[in-house]
Amino acid sequence: MMKLLARNRHSVQRLGYGLITLMAMVTVVPIVGTVLFILFKGGSAISWEFLTGFPHDGMRAGGILPAIVGTLYLTIGTAIFSVPLGIAAAIYLSEYASDNRWTRLIRLAIINLAGIPSVVYGLFGLGLFVLFLQFGTSILAASLTLSIMTLPVIISTSEEALRSVPQSFRTVSISLGATRWQTIRRIVLKEALPGILTGVILGLERAAGETAPILFTGAAFFLPRLPQSPFDATMALPYHLFVISTQVPEMPIQIQYGTALVLLIFVLTMNVIATVIRSRARAKRQW
Amino acid sequence: MEKSLNWREFVITRAVKASGYSAIVFVLLIFFFLMREGLPAIGEVSAGNLFSIRWYPIEDYFGILPLITGSIIVTIGATLIAVPFGIGTAVYISEIAPRWMREVLKPLVELLGGLPSVVLGFLGILIVSPNLRILLDLPTGLTAFTGSLLLGGIAVPTVVSVAEDALDAVPRSYREGAWALGATPWQTIWRVTLPAAKSGVLTAVMLGVGRAIGETMTVMMVTGNAPVLATKLGSLFAPVRTMTATIAAEMGEVANGSVHYHTLFLIGIILFLISLTVNVLASSVVFRTKKRAERILS
Repeated sequence: MMKLLARNRHSVQRLGYGLITLMAMVTVVPIVGTVLFILFKGGSAISWEFLTGFPHDGMRAGGILPAIVGTLYLTIGTAIFSVPLGIAAAIYLSEYASDNRWTRLIRLAIINLAGIPSVVYGLFGLGLFVLFLQFGTSILAASLTLSIMTLPVIISTSEEALRSVPQSFRTVSISLGATRWQTIRRIVLKEALPGILTGVILGLERAAGETAPILFTGAAFFLPRLPQSPFDATMALPYHLFVISTQVPEMPIQIQYGTALVLLIFVLTMNVIATVIRSRARAKRQW
Repeated sequence: MEKSLNWREFVITRAVKASGYSAIVFVLLIFFFLMREGLPAIGEVSAGNLFSIRWYPIEDYFGILPLITGSIIVTIGATLIAVPFGIGTAVYISEIAPRWMREVLKPLVELLGGLPSVVLGFLGILIVSPNLRILLDLPTGLTAFTGSLLLGGIAVPTVVSVAEDALDAVPRSYREGAWALGATPWQTIWRVTLPAAKSGVLTAVMLGVGRAIGETMTVMMVTGNAPVLATKLGSLFAPVRTMTATIAAEMGEVANGSVHYHTLFLIGIILFLISLTVNVLASSVVFRTKKRAERILS
C-alpha cells in the first residue's frame, strides 16, 4: 500500500490535501456549531424581563440585568485605563524607540504580559489593587486588573497598524514643517485608526469575557441593586454564568443557556464590529 | 508660540516614552506582588509538606505535587490535540485554501480565540462530559481528558495564528523553486515551506502550550477538581485538579495572610515562572532565526 502511494506521488498529494482539509474542518466546524447551538438553546430564554429584571429565588428566576450592567461597567473601566496607555505605548514603540537593548526589553515584557495566566492576574490584582491600595473588591480594582491584562493585545495590534503607514507620509509631513507629534497625531494616527480600533475592540472583547481575573478583585455572587460607584463590587456575565452552572443546585437550564447567549452576543458583537472595521479599511486603503 | 509648541512636544514625548516603559513596570509589579504574598509560604510550610502528594488545606496538608501533575497531564493532552490540528489548520489556511475560504476561516479561528472560556466550560459540563462518560464508559465525565479536549480547542487559535504568520513569511520564491524542480505542492509544503517556517511553528507550539497551562475557568469546571496525584496514563480518564483551578476555587474562601493564602500565591509564582520561561524561550527562538536570516542576507 505504502509502496503504491510512494510511487504515485499525485495520489499522496490528493490524500494529504484531503487530510489537511479534514483537519481544518474538524477545527472550525465545532466553533460554528457551538455558536449556533447556544443561539438555538438560549433564544427562548430571552425576554424583556430576562434582560431588564433582577434575579430572584436564589437566582433561579428573574433576569440578569445586574450582570449585564456589570460587564458593561467593567468593559468601559478597562477601556478607560488600557486604551490611552496602550496606544501611547504603541506610538512609542513604532515612532520613537530605536532598536536597542531597552526596546527589546519592553518587547519581551509585552510578550510576557500576554502570556501570564489570567488567574495570576487575579492574584496580582488582589495583592496590589484590592489589598495594598485598599480599593477593596470593586469595579475599580477589577477594571485595573483587566486593563493590564488587555494592554499587550492593544499595544501589539496598534503598533502593527502604526507601522503599516508608509514612511513617505511621515517624511512629507515633516518636510512641510510639522513637528513630530503633529505628524503622528494628524497623519499617522489618522491613517492607522481602523487598525488601532480593531485591536482595541478585540482586546476589550477578551476582557469582557474573562472570569478568572475578576474572581477576587471585583466580582460579586449576587447583588440586590446595581453598583453605585467604582468602589462597589459588581456582578458580571461570565462570573454569573460560572456561578449558575456550578454553584447553584437545581438551576433551571433555560436561564443558564440564556445567560450564555447574552454573554456570547456581547462578545460576538464586538468581534463582528472589529472584523467589519478591518475589512472595510482594507478595501478603502489606497496605499 | 514657537516656545510653547516645543514645550508641548517635550511633555508629550516624555509621556509617550513613559507609556512604552510601563510594560516593564507592570511585569516587575506583578512579580513583586506575587513574591510579597507568596514567599512567606516557604517559611510557613515545611518542604516535606509542600512536596508531598496530599493537598488538603483544611488539615494543613499543602502538597502541591498532585496539582502540578494535574496541570501537566491536562496540558499534555491539550497539546496533543492543539498542535496537529492547529498546524494542520494553519497549513490549510496559508497553503491550500482558496482565497474566499481563507477570508471565512481566519475570522472564525479568531472568534474561537475570543469565546469566553467560561462558555466553553459551561458546554463542557452540559454536553461534552455527559457524552464522554457514556462513550468511554467512565464513572464520571469530569476528567482530565475532558479538560484536555476543551483546552485543546482553546489553544488552537494561538497555534494557528502564529504558525500561519510563520508560513506566510516564507518567501514565495522558495515554493516556486520547489515547483520548478518538479515537486508536487504537497511535497513542497512538507519539505520546503514547513521546514523553512520551522522556528515560527515551534514558537506557535510553545505559545499554545503556555496558553493551555494558564487556562483556568474551563479546566476548573470540567476536570472534576480532585487533587489526586496523576502518575499513569489512566489518570487521564480520572478527575484531576490543576494549579490554576486550585487558585481560582480556593482563593475566595481563605483568610488574607493565612498559610493557605500564602501557599496559593506560591502556586501563582510557579505559574508566573512557567509562563515567563515559555515566553522567553519562544521569543528567543524568533530572535535567533531572525539574526540568522539577516546574516544570510548581508
